[in-house]
Order: sequence, then structure tokens, then C-alpha cells
Amino acid sequence: MAIRSLQPERPPAQPPGPPCVVQVRGITKRFPGVLANDHIDLDVYSGEVLALLGENGAGKSTLMNILSGLYHPDEGQIILHGQPVHFRSPRDAINHGIGMVHQHFMLVETLTAAENILLGWRSAGFLLRPDQVRREVTELSERYGLRVDPDAYIWQLSVGEQQRVEILKLLYRGADILILDEPTAVLTPQESAELSATLRQMADEGKAVIFITHKLDEVMAFADRVTVLRAGKVVATLPTAEATKEELARLMVGREVLFRLDKRACQPGKVALSVENLEALNDKGLPALRGVSFEVCEGQVLGIAGVAGNGQRELAEVITGLRPATGGRVRVWGRDITNRSPREAIEAGISHIPGDRAGVGLAPNLPVAENLAMKAYRRPPLARGPLLNRQALLSFAQRLIEAFRIATPTLQTPARLLSGGNQQRVVLAREITAGRGVLIAVHPTRGLDVGATESVRRTLLEQRDQGAAILLISEDLEELLELSDSIAVLFEGRIMGILPTDEADMEVLGMMMAGESPGREAGI
Amino acid sequence: MTLIFEKRLQRSRLAAALVPFLSLFLALIFGAVILIAFGVNPLQAYQVMLKGSLGSSYALSETLVKATPLMLTGLGVSIAFRMLFWNIGAEGQLAMGGIAATYVALFLSDQLPAPLILPLMFVAGVVAGALWGLIPAFLRAAVGVNEILTTLMMNYIAILLVEYLYLGPWRDPQGYGFPGTAPFPEVAWLPRLTGRVHAGLIFAVLAALLLWLVLTRTRWGYEIQVIGENPRAARYAGINIGRNILLVMLLSGGLAGMAGMAEVAGISRRLYHGLTVGYGYTAIIVAWLANLNPWGVLLVAFLMGALLVGGDQLQVALQLPAAVALVLQGAILFFMLGGSIFVNYRIRVIRGHRAGVMKAKGNE
Repeated sequence: MAIRSLQPERPPAQPPGPPCVVQVRGITKRFPGVLANDHIDLDVYSGEVLALLGENGAGKSTLMNILSGLYHPDEGQIILHGQPVHFRSPRDAINHGIGMVHQHFMLVETLTAAENILLGWRSAGFLLRPDQVRREVTELSERYGLRVDPDAYIWQLSVGEQQRVEILKLLYRGADILILDEPTAVLTPQESAELSATLRQMADEGKAVIFITHKLDEVMAFADRVTVLRAGKVVATLPTAEATKEELARLMVGREVLFRLDKRACQPGKVALSVENLEALNDKGLPALRGVSFEVCEGQVLGIAGVAGNGQRELAEVITGLRPATGGRVRVWGRDITNRSPREAIEAGISHIPGDRAGVGLAPNLPVAENLAMKAYRRPPLARGPLLNRQALLSFAQRLIEAFRIATPTLQTPARLLSGGNQQRVVLAREITAGRGVLIAVHPTRGLDVGATESVRRTLLEQRDQGAAILLISEDLEELLELSDSIAVLFEGRIMGILPTDEADMEVLGMMMAGESPGREAGI
Repeated sequence: MTLIFEKRLQRSRLAAALVPFLSLFLALIFGAVILIAFGVNPLQAYQVMLKGSLGSSYALSETLVKATPLMLTGLGVSIAFRMLFWNIGAEGQLAMGGIAATYVALFLSDQLPAPLILPLMFVAGVVAGALWGLIPAFLRAAVGVNEILTTLMMNYIAILLVEYLYLGPWRDPQGYGFPGTAPFPEVAWLPRLTGRVHAGLIFAVLAALLLWLVLTRTRWGYEIQVIGENPRAARYAGINIGRNILLVMLLSGGLAGMAGMAEVAGISRRLYHGLTVGYGYTAIIVAWLANLNPWGVLLVAFLMGALLVGGDQLQVALQLPAAVALVLQGAILFFMLGGSIFVNYRIRVIRGHRAGVMKAKGNE
């Protein structure tokens, strides 16, 4: 039974009398050595979008994992529609109408979207009725603007589409309180906007939506109210209409935050990386790059913008030798490295910060030292002929750890135990140290908190100022505008145009990302 | 109340040290039940096994005889497993090594100076095993054929080839119909150290040392380690995975081939059915129990040798059926492998309603 809430802190922004569906009271959760949640109080009203804002490690995900039945709190209680509840499992929570979309999707790659939605759902019964499920899924996806082909296999879907499957899974199970953990971390601006519309519509229908984020723009754009967590405690709850980005940033970080990095004027030198009419196929054997051409000079950052799945990943992989080109040329200082091995690309001077940090950039079970040495081990002093000098390897790693301020307990700590920001610093340190002039950076700050993002971006700009040619592939337009000297937009495997950054703004870029030409001829 | 397995953040050294002993203890209790069912006093049976495998210099030497091929094939298998190449073809590679060495001993020994015979047999055995291992490696590296199937299938080819040779063209004409080749001339006998223990044991120890040096001291060893932990990261770091598969399988097959050469030249001194008795398969268990560590392989192979010899003693001394020894061996391996889960996982007991929560988390 819904109970009319008489909570005094109910925001004036809410229409009169929205029922308070969830009351979290005094929730405390300890992990070994960490107080993840410290007596947290939180109210969620139906019909609202609530943002849960905080840096990495602030306790947002823990709190939501408690609310969705994955963890059990050490103290405190959850009151749902006026009744105290104890969830034994996520299934228990979803039976009470609370569901969560996790940051790492929990989908079976080899099943279709419809099959995933049905998977593990008790009332699915013994016999599968694929037609009915497909109809219901299609109905739901139309109603909420969650476009997904129910018969597509998960591995065929983009990350954005997979997320829609996760949301549909919850809606199909009748959730009326939806929790999304950093939903936009994997989305493009356009997809984020679509998601925002979907969330809004769900709220308008009386559902409660909670989304976890550390991005301030999203809070302002998506949410009715925002609760800020810092170090496991609630530091503020306020309507977004009354908040400013600066204020939220200060609340979240606990100090003033710089939003703009100082950037010196670009002083481009010789052409370092040139790509000419490049063509390549994606994993499914379909054309992913259809004649891409551009040049990046020493001391210049060329940003590549675009909606995910328009060829960005393939572009980075072809340049670094990980994927064959079916046409065109890649040159580094005039030297043709098209379709050479990754090793030859590295020796030609290309460094690579891969988009998939843990899957490609690191060997997570190996020690930090071994991970740092992954490019340097072939040369002296680490290499002595065919031998590997352990002593030199360790002192090399120690030097990088100090120079790039990597926080790790020891040199022997497995890389997987580091935080995301420190893992990225390991990749960055290795690539920059091994680098000889050309850096391909793919989503270099994805999933990092404010502090780590700032430091990674600063490092990239320092490299530029020292003469590196940087190709920055990112789906974060703000990042592209902040770091790039020119921005190229990739759409369906073609470059829609290349603009100097001071002529580019969100609007123009957004149009180009949707496939429109910029209307004026612009070169580097 | 619920029991859940929780992955440890780090391998437990304590568990790693204790598990083998506890597993052995449990296996012995389990075995006691079976022995009692056969009307044998289990303590007496275990005493027979222990004495028969480790209790005298003769027993010890027989244990080393069995351990030697297990060491060499175990080392070969472990290096392939380290880079996630599932070579279960050590048996076939061993057989090919035996065939090649036999060829040299039977057909070249009267044409060549005596001091060259054994070195040539050694080289022939190693090269034959390596080339036999290279075929599935090439198929995997070039066209992505699953090596589990190819290495397994090629075992049958090699084993049947051995049979064909000693029953057919290479059969000893003076053998009174006994299946097998003629005995090797004395110049083709591998020197013996004590009892039937032969120089193959020295090969095995040197091979372990070599492997350990490769793994810890060379760039190649580092590459194998990175490939084993994350092949995608290895490719990204410019490591040529196909080339490494070929090289590792040359080494892996070569070690198995060395085992085959040492068996025919050191023990049987001819080619017969006793060459392919499953050392190459047991090697897989040896490699796993040793956690793919070269020194661990030597130790585990020795214990496995003791188990084989001790099992034989049960038949001889207590007239137990051969199957009982096999059951005991199986039980010990079962408990050992089952127990090894505790090195990487720990059990947590959860009471009350938290159980459901944690269970769900565990299933996640």
C-alpha cells in the first residue's frame, strides 16, 4: 500500500502529494577495511528521476546494490510503500518491483534479446512461447522508445542496445522502481538523450527512477532531484532546479574543481600519422570503415567524434595493426605500415591506449610491474639479448609508478586490484614511456572519476606540448572540445568533416554525428 | 544455513601447503573402506604400498623409473598449458619419439660410429616428438583448429603406428612370435644410474631447470606468461601469438619425445606395447597438480610414480585384483584435485536470511 509521505524535506519541485515509495533509513554497510555506507537516509518518490551523485568509491553502487537485494545492510532498514522489507535476493527485490541495471550487463551473449528478457523469469513457465514474448517485448519497447530487435543476438547489439535490453528486462518483470548504475558511461550523447527521454517517460507514468552518476551535466539534464554522496555519507539532497554544477562539484569532491584545463596554442609540426582512404570490416564482416582519410601532425590533437559503432574501434585497431585493412594506407612519418603486425606498428612509433582497459590494455592477473613492462621488455635495459633482466624491470616499473603517481600497494600487486583510475594510469604510463611520437587514445577517461579524468587529460596535453601527435577517439564531446585542436566526425565509417575546435560546438558536432555534412568545407 | 565458495583475493599459501596432505589422508580413509570390503587390513595394505614404492633402494629406484617419463611429459604439458594451449597429445608425441629413436637403434647403429648412436637417438626422439606436436600447433595458429581435438586424435595415430611397427615391418624375426622389435644393440642402451634408473632422470632434472630459467629469466618466458593471462593484451603488446604457439609446441612435443626416447633406450631397449601405457595422459594430471610449476612437476611426478609402483605391489603381495590398485590411485587423484579448489577459494558459512542474499551474489 502506498502511503502519502509527510517527509519535511520533500522538495517543493514535486507536484503536491507524490507518494514516497521507498524510504531508506540509517543504512550502514561495511566491507573489510571500508565503511561503504554510513547511516544513509534516502527518500524516493514515485514519478521522479533521482540522481545519486558521487565520486568513485563514494558508496553509490553499494547503496543501490542493497536496495536491489544484492547486498544485505549491516544496519538500517528499507521501507517500501510504508512496510519494512528485507530482500533476500535480487529476485526478491524484483518481485517487490525494484530492479537494477548494472554497469556491467548481465546478458547471455549467445541468446537473443527476447530470450534474455525471459531468462530466469519465474512466471515464464515451462514452455516458451516465443511469439507472445516477442509481441510483449515489442510493445514495451515501442511504448518507452527502447528500440531493440527482439530476435537479435546480444553479441550483435551495440552497447546502447544491450542496455535497452536490460531496461526492458526490468519493465517486463513489472518493476516500478528502476535503478541504473552509471547508465551513460557506455552511451553517446544521442543515446544519452534518448535514454533521458525514456527515463522521463517512465517517471511520468508514475515509476520511480534512480540513476547513479558522477557526471554533473547529466544530473542537470536528467534528474528532478539529486542526492550527493561522499565517503559513504549523504552530504546533500536538493532539487536540481536549485542546484548549480559548481555547487554539485564542490559537494561531490569536497573542494573547488577546475572545469577548464589551461591549453597552449597548437603548434603543429610535421605530419606524423596519415591515413588515406582507409577501409576495413567489423567483426561481423560488414564494412566498418569506408574510405577514411586524415592527417595528424606533431604537437596536435585530432579528436574523432561519433556515435558508438560508427567505426571508431575499427579505426584504432587498423592503425595499430590489430585489424586488417581491406583498402587504403596508414603511414607514420611517411613509412607505410598498412596491414603490418601490431609489433611493427609499435616499432614505427605508435602507442595505443585501448578502449577496453581490462580486456586489452592489461593482463589483470599479472603484477603491476609486468603490466608496465609490456612494451619495454624487448629493449635494453630490460632485455639483455634473449634474457629478461628482472632487476631492470622492477626499477623501470618503480620509476613509472613514481613519475605517473600510480597508487599501488606494491610492484607485485595484480593489476586487477587497482582502482580504475590507477589501472588507466598504468596503461598511460606504459604507452607514453614506450611512445615515440604517435598516440592513439581511445576513450581515455571512460569510467574514471573527476580527479583521475583531470590528471589523464592533463597528461595527454603535456604530451601534445612535447610534440606528440595524438589521435583522440572519444564519445565524450566535452572531452573532445577540451583537448582537441581539430575534430573529425565519423559517421557510418566515413569522415563527415574535420573542423578546427574553435569552429566546432555541440550543435554542429551533433548534426554531423547524425550524418549531416557541416555545410562548409573545412580542413585541418 | 548455507555454504558458499568465495574466491580468495590471493592464493592461500597455507592451503596450498596443507591441501595435498589432507587430500591424501581423506583418500586413504576412503580407500580403507574398499580394502576392508575386500577383506584386507587397510593398514597392512598401505604398509605394502609404502614399502613397495619407497621402502627400499630397489623400491625407490622403481618409483624413479616410473616417475622419469611422467616428469618429462609433465614438463612438456605444463609449458603448453601455461599459454592456454591445451596439448593433451603428450602420449602421441612420446610414441613418436620412441619410434624415431628405435629407428636409429635398429637400422643405423651398425652403420655409424658407436659414440654417435645415443646422441642421434636423442636428437631423433626429440625432433620427432616436436614435429608431431607442431602439426596441431600449426593447424591452430594458421587456421584456428581446436588443438584439444587434434592433439587427442593424433595420439591414436601415433599409438597405432607403434603397434603396426612392432607387429609388422619391425617385428623381431627371432622373437618366437613375441610382439616387439628385436632388442637394441648395446651401443643404443641409455646408461643406467642405479637399478633400472637411467639417464632419462638427468634429462628430466635438466629440462625442469631449463624450463624454469626460460619462464623466469627470458623475454620468451615473459611473453608466454602474458599470453597465458590475457591473449588479447598480448596481441596488443605486439606479441606474435601464432609464432609462440609453434615454438611452445616444439618444446612441449620435444620433451615428450625425449621421454619416449628415454623409455625405449633406457628401459625396454626395444619397441613394444609397454611404451604407450598412458604416461602422456597422467602427465596432464601431474601438470595440474603441480600448478604448472617445473619444480612442482618433478615432485608430483615422483609421488605419482610411487603411487603406480605401490599399486603394483598390492597385486603382488596381497593378490588383490589390479582394479583395486586403480581405484586407490583414482581416489587419491580425485581428492587431490578436488582439494585444490581450497587454494583459490574458501568456504563461508552463512546463517539465517543473509544466506539467500549471499547465495544470489555467489550465483551472479
